[in-house]
Amino acid sequence: MAETGLRSPFIPNTPEDRAVMLAAVGAGSVEELFADIPAEHRHPPLALPEALDEMALRREMEALAARNLAPGASASFLGAGVYHHFCPSAVAPLVTRGEFLTSYTPYQPEVSQGTLQGSYEFQSLTAQLFGMEVSNAGMYDGASALAEAALMACRVTGHARVALTNTVNPRYVDTVRAYTAPQGIEVYTVDAAAPALEPETAALLAQYPNFLGVIEDAQAQSDAAHAAGALYCLSADPVAQALFKPAGAFGADIATGEGQALGVPASFGGPYVGIFTCKREHIRQLPGRIVGRTTDAQGRTGYVLTLQPREQHIRREHATSNICTSTALVGLWATVYMALMGKQGLRRVAELCYQKAHYAASRIGELPGYGLPVPGTFFQEFVVYCPTAPDRVNRALEAEGIVGGLDVSDQVPNGMLLCINETHTRADIDRLVAVLKGVR
Amino acid sequence: MDLPNDRSYSKEHEWALPQPDGTVLVGITEFAQHELGDVVYVELPKASAQVAQFKQMGEVESVKAVSELFSPLSGEVVEVNTALKDTPELVNESPYEKGWLVRVKPANPAELDALMDAAAYGALTA
Amino acid sequence: MADFPPVTAEALNERRLLMERSRPGRTGVSLPVCDVPQSPLPDAALLRDDLDLPEVSEGEVVRYFTTLSQLNFSVDTNFYPLGSCTMKYNPKVNEAMAALPGFAGLHPHQPPRQAQGALEVLFRLQSLLAEVTGMAATSLVPLAGAQGELAGVLTIRAALEARGQGHRRKMLIPDTAHGTNPATAAMCGFNVVSIPSTPEGNIDLDAVRAQADADLAGVMFTQPTTLGLFDRNAVEMCRLVHEAGGLVYGDGANMNALLGRAKMGPLGFDVVHLNLHKTFSTPHGGGGPGAGPICANEELAPFIPGPIAVRDGSGEYDLAMPEHSIGRLGASHGNFGVLIRAFTYISELGREGMLDISGNAVLNANYLKARLCPLFDLPYERGVMHEVVFSARKRKGATALNISKRLLDNGFHAPTMYFPLVVPEALMIEPTETESKETLDAFIEVLERIDAEAASDPDFLAHAPYQTPASRMNEAQAARRPVLRWSREGA
Repeated sequence: MAETGLRSPFIPNTPEDRAVMLAAVGAGSVEELFADIPAEHRHPPLALPEALDEMALRREMEALAARNLAPGASASFLGAGVYHHFCPSAVAPLVTRGEFLTSYTPYQPEVSQGTLQGSYEFQSLTAQLFGMEVSNAGMYDGASALAEAALMACRVTGHARVALTNTVNPRYVDTVRAYTAPQGIEVYTVDAAAPALEPETAALLAQYPNFLGVIEDAQAQSDAAHAAGALYCLSADPVAQALFKPAGAFGADIATGEGQALGVPASFGGPYVGIFTCKREHIRQLPGRIVGRTTDAQGRTGYVLTLQPREQHIRREHATSNICTSTALVGLWATVYMALMGKQGLRRVAELCYQKAHYAASRIGELPGYGLPVPGTFFQEFVVYCPTAPDRVNRALEAEGIVGGLDVSDQVPNGMLLCINETHTRADIDRLVAVLKGVR
Repeated sequence: MDLPNDRSYSKEHEWALPQPDGTVLVGITEFAQHELGDVVYVELPKASAQVAQFKQMGEVESVKAVSELFSPLSGEVVEVNTALKDTPELVNESPYEKGWLVRVKPANPAELDALMDAAAYGALTA
Repeated sequence: MADFPPVTAEALNERRLLMERSRPGRTGVSLPVCDVPQSPLPDAALLRDDLDLPEVSEGEVVRYFTTLSQLNFSVDTNFYPLGSCTMKYNPKVNEAMAALPGFAGLHPHQPPRQAQGALEVLFRLQSLLAEVTGMAATSLVPLAGAQGELAGVLTIRAALEARGQGHRRKMLIPDTAHGTNPATAAMCGFNVVSIPSTPEGNIDLDAVRAQADADLAGVMFTQPTTLGLFDRNAVEMCRLVHEAGGLVYGDGANMNALLGRAKMGPLGFDVVHLNLHKTFSTPHGGGGPGAGPICANEELAPFIPGPIAVRDGSGEYDLAMPEHSIGRLGASHGNFGVLIRAFTYISELGREGMLDISGNAVLNANYLKARLCPLFDLPYERGVMHEVVFSARKRKGATALNISKRLLDNGFHAPTMYFPLVVPEALMIEPTETESKETLDAFIEVLERIDAEAASDPDFLAHAPYQTPASRMNEAQAARRPVLRWSREGA
């Protein structure tokens, strides 16, 4: 049994400590403390590996990491909802400070003002970036934020039917379906260019730019939704908001987004943070944590979790959602990123995305066998028609240490969705073009 | 505890006060506001809505709790205390006057007989 | 040393918001000039002209957020005995491993052949968690504990439908349960039936029997319970629910007590979620990110959310959807950055380490229980698991709230208060295995002092804390007239 020796640097009790504590408890052994577990279930065989020391652990983990192709942003051209943007060096050391990293949900505001004010900044800056009136403190990710928007729209309108445009990220569509189906909410698809809504629809859900990178006529979508008595819910890219008109400008009732784009590492799928903003009139139907401003007993400005009766710990089965987390740490990452980028920086990043992507598109469009089959204004992503299966193209790129685009041949024949942004120099793009040219 | 004699009370801690024009004002009692603590939001039926005696007509939220409001009589809501939207604390500060909730046109004034007088309600909450 | 107030005027000034620090022309970033031929921007009607973000220099941003961080209590700086949250120490090696460029720089949509190392981590973690819980399969997809609950209950719903029992609507939930349980059941379309506890703190089997009918979908159950007890009726409860055709969801919030001591599958659970940010040491981040994987038995395994990692005969890894999966719960396949920290932790602790965790966590909780019994009422006179729930009623005039606030003055984070709801003036204390006996003794000593203060000067306690960066907050004001963001008008 594990009571002898010090095996772990994370457990301070010595055998002597344990002896003194067991005496205080009145138990003869640690095993005795587990006597409530039925004997036939107690201490089952446990087939786990033996402990690794830290050096052996690092060797193993580094070997695993080395088996992934992660060449850095400059040689990666994959986006589709997750983006390698440049992140200033100051972000990580601030966000990973132990006081932020190892605290929890700010239940005790007197000793959690750092987290609370950080979340208030997140709410302020995301609302401003999206041109919306209010924001919550954060959701899991962009996909589940859109799914929660669908549920919220049903609560606000009292209807149980939502429309999705045919250009929303398919993974988001799947998530919306998984969240809405158990509540008997019907989901149907409409043409993004001419959305025809059925009666008693709670919301029209759209994406901006859309899954294939194109900026759609959001105003027309918003008008169509409102004419049908539905809410307009827009899942928008946060960096694109710095260049193109923001969600709020189109009268969006709820605007969500994937906060990962705000400098957060791709990290093979998470953790990210979902952005969730809405019109002020709907705040009592918001899911998730919300931080509000108030004063303390000495009259000093401070921040607290507020509007809590919406939430699961009070309203239980009548809550607006079961969500507990605000993914505060990733929200803080996005906040520090926005603070450093600021008004000028984020606009400049967005313009660089636009310029680099358009340069790349024009070069690739000139290549024999390649084409740009999807018309429309785009931001940092566009679909390329390849002369062969996109997977073959990606293997050729991989041989040069380059991560290619997403295979979207199920939507566009031989289509590959490429992302080119501020992280790519002209030389990076020219290298991509040169490899593409050699693929037939 | 303050308990005016001019009105009737329900066991759900609402009061009903008949008005000269035949309508009835409805609110919550001093006891109820004290139990709730700081009231931060009151969700009320809309004007022209129908309410039923002893059935839920709204909700009242304090900082960390939510409680249902039950109408002490049936009828049509003819007026809602709009001041509560921006100053819900009136329910705490003045539960019998400025913190009234709704004005109801009774469907059946005899229903008020099913309510308690101040003494009976006072005994209930003693 | 002079007796300065804990927050100086300068520090208060440091609390101005970013927008209030903004000065036109400042920036916190250095960006390149455009090195490609310029394309014309789209029509101005499509473009934004009102972006209102702060303009601050890098040094200002660093000082601002560093100052903010110092207003927090955290595990790195304070004992944080927040019951049911398992605020154990978060090893730094976890952080280093998650930050390796081969992991942090990997895009989730890269072809599996480019991500074999990461997929191997997922595959091995799935196996490790299945072994710890005694289950057949694991989905690492859920992005937090509450989403794990959602995944687990949706899995139950799908399994019932596959049995031709999709009409069953009744979900039993003990009155001691965390609020997420009923909230989740409602999100999944079930009707919640609350089940009381016995005076010994176990689930009331008669109440379960009374609900064991053809409408019973299942039960959501936390083991050990939120009272910090191993529920001795739970095995029988599982049998009753199964006999009636229902399924059992296990809330793994308190798994820290059971590591290596008992497995959820053999105890009768059909599907269970784990909070990697509790049991497996990933940092709580001020309220996320977490990860809430679920582990399911043979019958339920085909329904769990995907995609999950699989391995073919040649040892190649891939992602795949389980055969009858309930689908996706997010755009990717889980919070990989959190998963890798948990994998690192399990690897460093190993098999014996799991027993060290649960043994020392339970010993620490029982030690606090024994030493604090003179101060507080103990609602259930029996051995506890990883945490102990007291009632603060013993000392007249003391409340859980006031004791908690005064603890903050003494450098200790408060326990969980007023939960579970069945214990009046509840104080729920979870020390975890990573605290030393000296820390526990200091905590006990402070509680003894606070108890003396409660006896001599209850009014003093009622206005605590006095030494913290902020004093008691006006929460009613925040909720009555919500101010939820900076605005130019409000400034």
